[in-house]
Amino acid sequence: MPTPGSPLLELVGISVSFDGFLALKNLNLQLAAGELRAVIGPNGAGKTTFLDVITGKVRPQAGDVYFRGRSLLGCNEHQIARLGIGRKFQSPRVFEQLSVQENLSLAVSEPKTPMGLLRHHLTSTQRQRIHHLLDVVNLAPRAQHRAGSLSHGQKQWLEIGMLVVQAPRLLLVDEPVAGLSDGETERTADLLKSLAGDHTVLVIEHDMEFIRRLQTRVTVLHQGQVLCEGSMDQVQRDPRVVEVYLGASQEQQP
Amino acid sequence: MANIRSRWPQLLLGVVGLALVVALPSLVSPFRLNLLGRYLSLAIVALGIDLIWGYTGLLSLGQGIFFALGGYGTAMHLQLNCHGCSRAPGGLPEFFGLYGVQQLPWFWEPFHSPWFTLLAIGLVPAAVAGLLGFLVFRNRIKGVYFSILTQAALLVFFNFFNGQQKLINGTNGLKTDLTRLLGLMVGSDTMQRYLFWLTVLLALLTWLLCRWLVRGRFGHALLAIRDDEARLRCLGYNPTPFKTMVFALAGALAGISGALYTVQSGIVSPQFMAAPFSIEMVIWVAVGGRGTLWGAMAGALVINMGKSLISEAWPQTWLFIQGGLFLLVVTTLQGGVVGWFQEGGPRRLLGRLGLRPRLSTYPALALETRQEGED
Repeated sequence: MPTPGSPLLELVGISVSFDGFLALKNLNLQLAAGELRAVIGPNGAGKTTFLDVITGKVRPQAGDVYFRGRSLLGCNEHQIARLGIGRKFQSPRVFEQLSVQENLSLAVSEPKTPMGLLRHHLTSTQRQRIHHLLDVVNLAPRAQHRAGSLSHGQKQWLEIGMLVVQAPRLLLVDEPVAGLSDGETERTADLLKSLAGDHTVLVIEHDMEFIRRLQTRVTVLHQGQVLCEGSMDQVQRDPRVVEVYLGASQEQQP
Repeated sequence: MANIRSRWPQLLLGVVGLALVVALPSLVSPFRLNLLGRYLSLAIVALGIDLIWGYTGLLSLGQGIFFALGGYGTAMHLQLNCHGCSRAPGGLPEFFGLYGVQQLPWFWEPFHSPWFTLLAIGLVPAAVAGLLGFLVFRNRIKGVYFSILTQAALLVFFNFFNGQQKLINGTNGLKTDLTRLLGLMVGSDTMQRYLFWLTVLLALLTWLLCRWLVRGRFGHALLAIRDDEARLRCLGYNPTPFKTMVFALAGALAGISGALYTVQSGIVSPQFMAAPFSIEMVIWVAVGGRGTLWGAMAGALVINMGKSLISEAWPQTWLFIQGGLFLLVVTTLQGGVVGWFQEGGPRRLLGRLGLRPRLSTYPALALETRQEGED
């Protein structure tokens, strides 16, 4: 158990460059356990690269990532996932040939090794978690359908379900409401809010109404750096944020 | 009771199938029976290819390596235990005399033991496949690079076996039909009959094993590796042990298949490792239907039977037919024949021809029965 003062996730001076283009520049960020954090930023701000660094897909050229006091550099994707970091991808990525229930079963299985899958059945607790999640993401009637037959919004929710059913300590959620209807967006916001506390949640999103609904601390990324942090209202009043979102000339007019 | 009643078609199929298998040696000529037995043994290698390619998405063009290794293991044991055969000086198998070999090569020694041989038929190919697979998969090599690597490995093995006269009789291969097994000559009709039954049994067991593997979460993980490996990693799975295990299993199945094929065709030679043969194996699975176990087995059986029947009637035409089949599968029937049936292909074809059976009565019928039930 980390001490209350120490952050669950800490990024220290992260720099990533792709062929000379600096996607992240000396990025610093801390996330306390149980926190719900929203990350926003214009296109190309480095939001997805930032998640790639945490999940081990991209190795930073400089800096370090600490999760519960332990460095994640040098760990593979699956090792990082097993430490308790779950990720939902930007466009929904579910296993389309498998049914909704089979998708969730793969996510909940433990241990995630060939022999683990062959030898052990799902425990009743795991089965209950699947049933519970099917209800939460509203897919119980479609449990036996192929995931490929779901609508875009349902796939988003299935992926969120796959994320939550693993009971990770940290959930990284990349654009969970892209392509969702207003009603679905509201329900997703409520779901993520209800998860915070037990879990630590980091949400990346473009939709400002959705971020506002989360009523939480917001980090603004710009050109690979943290531009500012604060509540949604504070952030929106910050002239630098207005500048990067709306352009410099707009700033001087009001 | 209800369980038995709902399962009676399966039981009936099983009983009829068993009766057919038992009676077949009396119904067809020994020549045809032998061909059928060979093709059934090829269905086993096809099942392995289906696991690694159809389910896991890794196209191996080198299954001939493992097929031949199984065959060589069997043939070496038979040659060593051939009491009635003519011998080279020192009691070595005859061909050693041709090259003036006095001392049995070291790796032949353990093949005196029938038990070692039985294990080696499966485990040697599995070990080679597992080692090759582990090195390749750990470095995240996949897709076309994996296919090229397996093909290259095949060429290496082919050239090695082809050139080693003093070790394994090189390009001539090892003959088994005049050797003896359990007191019977391997090439005799009686022995071939037993071997046919053994092949049927092993093909059935292999099918059951594969079915068990692909139906559970293990099989789902394989499909997940095929469809989106990076996503599976982020769920906490390491794909490398899965791929290595499946490739080793496919290798073991190829070895068993090669052993059965060798004793029924009477010879194992480096031709088992010729590139076209390994590619043909893939074509059987592609035409039958990758990702379906029945498709792989039926593809191996039907294409090979077609090959021998058509070649008997019109020699020279087979290669064109095989090429045509492959083109058909690549261009229009991506799921193979079984996949086409599963996706409602026959109905669509009838529709294209303007013969679509009218479906409008079906919902009406369903509605009526429900109303009756409610009354």
